[in-house]
Amino acid sequence: MDVDEIVEGILSGNKRALARAITFVENDYPEGKEILKRIFPKTGNAHIIGITGFPGVGKSTIVSKLTQEFRARGKTVGIVAIDPGSPFTGGALLGDRLRMDGLDSSKKLWIDPGVFFRSMSSRGRAGGLAAKTGDAVRLMDAFGFDIILVETVGAGQSEVDVIEVADTSIVALMPEMGDDIQINKAGILEIGDIYVVNKADLGGADKTERWIKAMLMMDQEAVEILTKTTHAQEYEIQTGKIFDKIPRAGWSPPVIKTVADKGKGIAELADAIEKHFDYLKTSGKLLETRKQRLSREMVEILVQEIKNYLKETDKMNFREIVEKVSKNDLDPHTAVEKIMKSILKDY
Amino acid sequence: MERMEKKIRVLVAKVGLDGHDRGAKVVARFLRDAGFEVIYTGLHRTPQEVAMAAVQEDVDVVGISLHSGAHMTLVPKVLNFIREYGGDPDELVVLVGGIVPEDEFDDLKALGVDGIFIPGTPISEIVDFIKEIVPKKKGLKAKS
Amino acid sequence: MDIDEVRKKKEEWDKKCLKPFLERSGERQEKFENLSWIEINRVYDPSSTEHLSFIDDIGYPGEYPFTRGVYPTMYRGRLWTMRQFSGFGAAEDTNQRWKLLLKEGQTGLSTAFDFPTLMGLDSDDPLSDGEVGKVGVAIDTLKDFQILFDGIPLDRVSTSFTINPPAAIILAMYTAIGDTQGVPRNQLRGTIQNDMLKEFHAQNTLVLPPEPSVKIITDIFEWGVENVPKFNLISISGYHIREAGSTAVQELAFTIADGMAYVEAAIERGIDIDKLAPQLSFFFNSHNDFFEEIAKFRAARRMWAKIMRDEYGAKNPRSWWLKFHTQTAGCSLTAQQPLNNVVRTTIQAMAAVLGGTQSLHTNSFDEAWALPSEGAVRVALRTQQIIAYESGIPNTIDPLGGSYYVEWLTDKVEKLAWDYIERIRKMGEGSMLRGVFAGIENGFFVKEITNAAARFQREVEEGKRTIVGVNRFTIEEELKIPILKVDLEVQRRQIERLRKVKAERDNVAVKEALDWLRSAAENDENVMEPILEAVKAYASVGEIMGVLKSVYGTYKKPIII
Repeated sequence: MDVDEIVEGILSGNKRALARAITFVENDYPEGKEILKRIFPKTGNAHIIGITGFPGVGKSTIVSKLTQEFRARGKTVGIVAIDPGSPFTGGALLGDRLRMDGLDSSKKLWIDPGVFFRSMSSRGRAGGLAAKTGDAVRLMDAFGFDIILVETVGAGQSEVDVIEVADTSIVALMPEMGDDIQINKAGILEIGDIYVVNKADLGGADKTERWIKAMLMMDQEAVEILTKTTHAQEYEIQTGKIFDKIPRAGWSPPVIKTVADKGKGIAELADAIEKHFDYLKTSGKLLETRKQRLSREMVEILVQEIKNYLKETDKMNFREIVEKVSKNDLDPHTAVEKIMKSILKDY
Repeated sequence: MERMEKKIRVLVAKVGLDGHDRGAKVVARFLRDAGFEVIYTGLHRTPQEVAMAAVQEDVDVVGISLHSGAHMTLVPKVLNFIREYGGDPDELVVLVGGIVPEDEFDDLKALGVDGIFIPGTPISEIVDFIKEIVPKKKGLKAKS
Repeated sequence: MDIDEVRKKKEEWDKKCLKPFLERSGERQEKFENLSWIEINRVYDPSSTEHLSFIDDIGYPGEYPFTRGVYPTMYRGRLWTMRQFSGFGAAEDTNQRWKLLLKEGQTGLSTAFDFPTLMGLDSDDPLSDGEVGKVGVAIDTLKDFQILFDGIPLDRVSTSFTINPPAAIILAMYTAIGDTQGVPRNQLRGTIQNDMLKEFHAQNTLVLPPEPSVKIITDIFEWGVENVPKFNLISISGYHIREAGSTAVQELAFTIADGMAYVEAAIERGIDIDKLAPQLSFFFNSHNDFFEEIAKFRAARRMWAKIMRDEYGAKNPRSWWLKFHTQTAGCSLTAQQPLNNVVRTTIQAMAAVLGGTQSLHTNSFDEAWALPSEGAVRVALRTQQIIAYESGIPNTIDPLGGSYYVEWLTDKVEKLAWDYIERIRKMGEGSMLRGVFAGIENGFFVKEITNAAARFQREVEEGKRTIVGVNRFTIEEELKIPILKVDLEVQRRQIERLRKVKAERDNVAVKEALDWLRSAAENDENVMEPILEAVKAYASVGEIMGVLKSVYGTYKKPIII
């Protein structure tokens, strides 16, 4: 398939064209860039949802059940599932697709015409997101999916990249996850628009829910309110219901308990997702955050292009300059200033 | 411009009612160790599901594992559905692994199967075969 | 015997005899590990078995702990049953093969079903396309069963059925045939495999989820002890676990664990353990490491005896017997140089006999290519007959008892198996039944088996394990053996037969029976009588299974690679 056929295919609902385009962008083929240029005007309609969380919390199951739920609500769903690759061999065993039906073999998501599932390996890039996930999401957006779910690697500390791609970020946890401080450090509590406590049938789910709500509220306003509570509000503090009463500006991330493999809590999760999207649209935040993401993305592309330029052309005699600096003939800052002067003229 | 080396993507599929997955799972692991991106379908997939996965995942290789004697029915079904869903089986490397009588090898090849791997085949042989044939098939397609 | 003297002698031998020899000529490997990765020593002596007691650990056959055999006369009284697993095509094709095998001297029948039947699907189900009659016989209704058993007297031949999700249906069909032939139900002999737990661990013939599957198995127990007291209601299997790549220790441990789970389920139901136990049987693999397999069989008997007597409090010594069927290892057969498989099968069969098996299936040499041809299955049967009549092996009981190596290994394998059992028990917080369910849900069994399979394959690929004809001693060969094929014509004929049965039967009676079954399933009642009624009305396997699926749901197991 050539670029024209692929672009036409994407815009007319041809799944194979979409699949081929994703391969191109994932592998940095020049055709990929061309295709992205041409489909970009058609992007911006999909609701992009990122799901992140530690390994074992049940992300795949949540994605699978959410897909079923959204399909039942008449929406089409594209999914990008990122699994870690091996840093040693570069190979990967991408196991999210096979978890897509969950435990019920009567579900037919694989052949549902309103569903597209793509597995990607994270290729060792820290942050958990495959290098080209954003581009794959764009392609799916242009294709016309209403919802795009991005499921990221449960690799631990660096889950935060999901916010670079998603309008709505969901952080999935489960009860008794061990060291609460670890979770705090991971920055996960700063990025979620919605929090999910999955496997909520295990003991400790309520405690985890309360703890998340407390952490989310750890700011001056909340502390003030908490110190002013009376004895009569003991119950509300104990159950965490107090936090629902604290008036917040903007969006208050809800904490939703689910037992994903039994389908429990999924409808509520889908409701929360839709609610968030409405909030983003009516408050103007959707455009604002998309702008910010685009700006960051463009800076990254810019930096990458400069890096490539440096490596490939050596017009600035970069290697020679590094030699000089290593011999103490020049200091790094002066060297860079020199290069910057030449770039801004020469690019 | 720095171009990442494209990883070979392999779909390891169990089609039909056969539940013997030891071979498929071990092969999947070894292919991963050889540097491929491997998608394992799990058990009891229908030909439609395997075909749709092959198209959506844009794999280079479809490896079908069968111990049920049903290969002459199931393999053509998978290939036909790939065509139906917009894929091109001629561009794909199609492999069959498992229990296949030798006198049916030619019939399978006539259907479009590129390699048949019976029990006892060293997995390194499968890896080498894939590494050799994928670029060839892609090359052929580009020229046509 | 003075053990210290033995130890002194060994030290002397090490120093004066072994060491100088090793300096001149080394050993083939740095260490020798068997197929469970147990390190095997150069030589064993009385100090290896010092910790064992002849009376408590070894003893005599037919007596607790039965290490040496379940009967006091074993093969001197009666040889093991020569029971070749067979089935293909339509019922009449299998009936023909069975008659041939019986003529050739086989002493019991064993049924292989095709994948649609195994999965509870009818031959006309879209999912069955291409699979009808390929790996076993296609059974849709009682009509097929009647043809299958045409000319076979149920009071003289016992039949084993390798069937799991639809086991209740097959048992019902067999009972119905017995009723028609006029054989009293309490004379019916045979076995249904009926072991769903191993399906979740390894074999993957999955239809209903784990708990309903065990519920139905318990229904079969409950009905079976009252109605068919001579029939083995389950064959608790390790064969498939081994075929999926487990070690011998895992095979033993997981099988015993499953057995314990079933016993607990029966006790929970209120079934008298001494009534049920004689109708429990086991099914093991016989693989390549000759002595490990023998040790495994002996350890199995000893473990089960302890478990039944001490843990579950069975009073009747008959309840403490572990009776088992063995099949030689299918996964060890090679497609290359197939005649070599005759040798493999022979060694494996010998291990089973030396291990005291009650019945035996020997694989045919062409089975890495297809189902066995007549010629090949004849050789497989002859293998058993030569061992039985020419080798002298069956003429004394447990000839390897007392061997320093074999007793040491039996004890070792048993101890390692107990470790696994305790781990599973912990997962179930004291209950083996809950522990097995937990292990299914969290992937414990699958991970252990898959890791063992991958580790073995790696050793083969690295040349650490030799497979003759495959990674060593290979030749350029042109295969020239006849291969059995099953025609797609079988599928067409079978679908036609099913259509005819459905047209000619009393469909009102079928509906009533299926409604009764649905109601029994929904109300948590025993499903055997409704199934028997449905079967007699010529309801199909797919229809009956369909009712159960609609009540209990279908199951897709969590995949761990």
